[in-house]
Amino acid sequence: MEKVFSRPSCLKNKPFRYCPGCSHGVLHRILAETIDVLAIRDRTIGIAPVGCAVFAYDYLDLDMVEVPHGRPPAIATGMKRSRPDSIVFSYQGDGDLAAIGTAEIVHAAARGENITVIFVNNGNYGMTGGQMAPTTLPGQKTTTTPAGRDIRDAGNPIKVSEMLATLDGPCYIERVSVDSPKNVLAAKRAVQKAFKNQISGLGFSLVEVLSMCPTDWGMTPGQSIEWVRTRMMKYYPLGVYKDTVSPSPV
Amino acid sequence: MAITTTKTVAVTGNQAVAEAFRQLNPDVMPAYPITPSTGIMESFTKFVSDGKVDTETILVESEHSAMSACIGAAAAGGRVATATSSQGMALMWEMLHIASGYRLPILMALVNRALSAPLNIHGDHSDGMGMRDCSWIQLFCENAQEAYDNTIMAYRIAEHKDVRLPIAVNMDGFIISHSIESMQYITDEDVKKFVGEYLAIDPLLDIENPKSIGALVLPDYYMEHKRAQHQAMLNVKKVVQDVSAEFAKMTGRKYELFETYRLEDAEVAIVALNSAAGTIKDEIDRYREKGVKAGLLKPRMFRPFPHEEVGGALKNAKAICVMDRADSYGSYGPLFMEIASALAPFRGPVLFNKIYGLGGRDLMPLDVDQVIDETAEVAKTGKVKMLKEYITVRS
Repeated sequence: MEKVFSRPSCLKNKPFRYCPGCSHGVLHRILAETIDVLAIRDRTIGIAPVGCAVFAYDYLDLDMVEVPHGRPPAIATGMKRSRPDSIVFSYQGDGDLAAIGTAEIVHAAARGENITVIFVNNGNYGMTGGQMAPTTLPGQKTTTTPAGRDIRDAGNPIKVSEMLATLDGPCYIERVSVDSPKNVLAAKRAVQKAFKNQISGLGFSLVEVLSMCPTDWGMTPGQSIEWVRTRMMKYYPLGVYKDTVSPSPV
Repeated sequence: MAITTTKTVAVTGNQAVAEAFRQLNPDVMPAYPITPSTGIMESFTKFVSDGKVDTETILVESEHSAMSACIGAAAAGGRVATATSSQGMALMWEMLHIASGYRLPILMALVNRALSAPLNIHGDHSDGMGMRDCSWIQLFCENAQEAYDNTIMAYRIAEHKDVRLPIAVNMDGFIISHSIESMQYITDEDVKKFVGEYLAIDPLLDIENPKSIGALVLPDYYMEHKRAQHQAMLNVKKVVQDVSAEFAKMTGRKYELFETYRLEDAEVAIVALNSAAGTIKDEIDRYREKGVKAGLLKPRMFRPFPHEEVGGALKNAKAICVMDRADSYGSYGPLFMEIASALAPFRGPVLFNKIYGLGGRDLMPLDVDQVIDETAEVAKTGKVKMLKEYITVRS
């Protein structure tokens, strides 16, 4: 029988240890397929964050570096400047990119570094057990906001894609989701574009992915998909926020 | 004061410290989650949501901002606490010097964890040792009870008018922070009475007497500031002794600058910090039964380090093994260097250094036995094979 579907070559034959219903597995696969399709595996370096995806290097069969919390964009900058022919991506959660590493991501974007950033937004600090993140929705319950996020003292959520799109540095910023097969395909197209931009030397690309975190949200995987659709997408609308490569309306 | 009614509970080290924080009821608690200290802020934010404390919590975006917010809150006259571990403390490092240089009595629960790289989340003392030169008072705790008790005593020490320095209470990550132990809580009323009201000295926002903190000081006066800081550190010892004596009257639990265990007549001495001391005490008992005169010294106050007293307690041993759960790479373990300094005036014990338990590697009773055996051998021969050695490590 002809084999028509198989594991991407840069995804290891290893079961994911992420929680049931978590989006990292789908995203890892999208990344691996993209690297396969673009045939860049021999020159790609990935940066694993601090967060649930700290173990990304266990699944992706690539050169990977595990770096301290929030620092991936700065370390990616050093790598890319030192080896301009390499393809450097960082894979960061919202605790990493939108909290402790805010300075790094803003300045890498402002400099227009020729790197690719995959930003996984699940609205809380997943690995440490579901504490409030800057991306936590107003009123959302977390372990550090048991009565729900009160924006009067915990502040307002940060819309990373919108914020970074105000900078002149980035060439491409899009927010996607992996809540449905249709959106998974759209996410894959966005990730491929973000890598193609780097291959063509066009500059800083970031894909924000709205992701499910059933365990820390205290929901079933099904409920968490509904939460992404009905709550997160309202606050964080999907779409292209910046595209200097092939301009399209926001 | 009579020994008060206490409550026996079974809790983790993190829960015990969170309970102490609740009873201390600080004005402000800025924090950022990091394993293994996260449980403290989680429990504490629940107290806040349940209205059990008056504390303003600030869920900041990084530990650098957590310590910065602590400094702002304390400089404005508030009683302030935070909790962190490892990389979190490392990110605070710049601000730790600001906290002590401003002379702000901030309380930090430091749940000890190894520093990256390689990434590791388990307990060792590389974070605590990384802040030993930051002019913070450092207390180390063997178990949840000690972590709770030292936390209750912390503000009394840090806020004393002769001290006015920040204080860090250390306990081993996971081994203590996540293990459930039986221990005693003090009643809210007694804690409140013991800790007392906070009277900030020279806080900002005193409109009648405006002042600046942290102003630029060039070579003409910088050293005088640092000399004053050194003096404050010198004053800590007596304050710790006084506060501990008062605490003992209240609870019956006695704390000295360090704990000695069967050390008085010991020829074979071990020195170790924190949770490993429990295992070592058990093994010392076994060796005592076999007729080996073994004993332990467990420092409680690491900064300021009580060299004179420690030297006095160890000077009659024949051989001493100092066990470090951190390394000062290219030199000896940090605890070893303190013990060597403490013993410098004495010609007696032969000293050597073992590095153990990095990144949370277990120290098993058999490992301790090997250390005691070797120390007993050194006591007999006076000869040390290796001055510094990593133990329980693959070669």
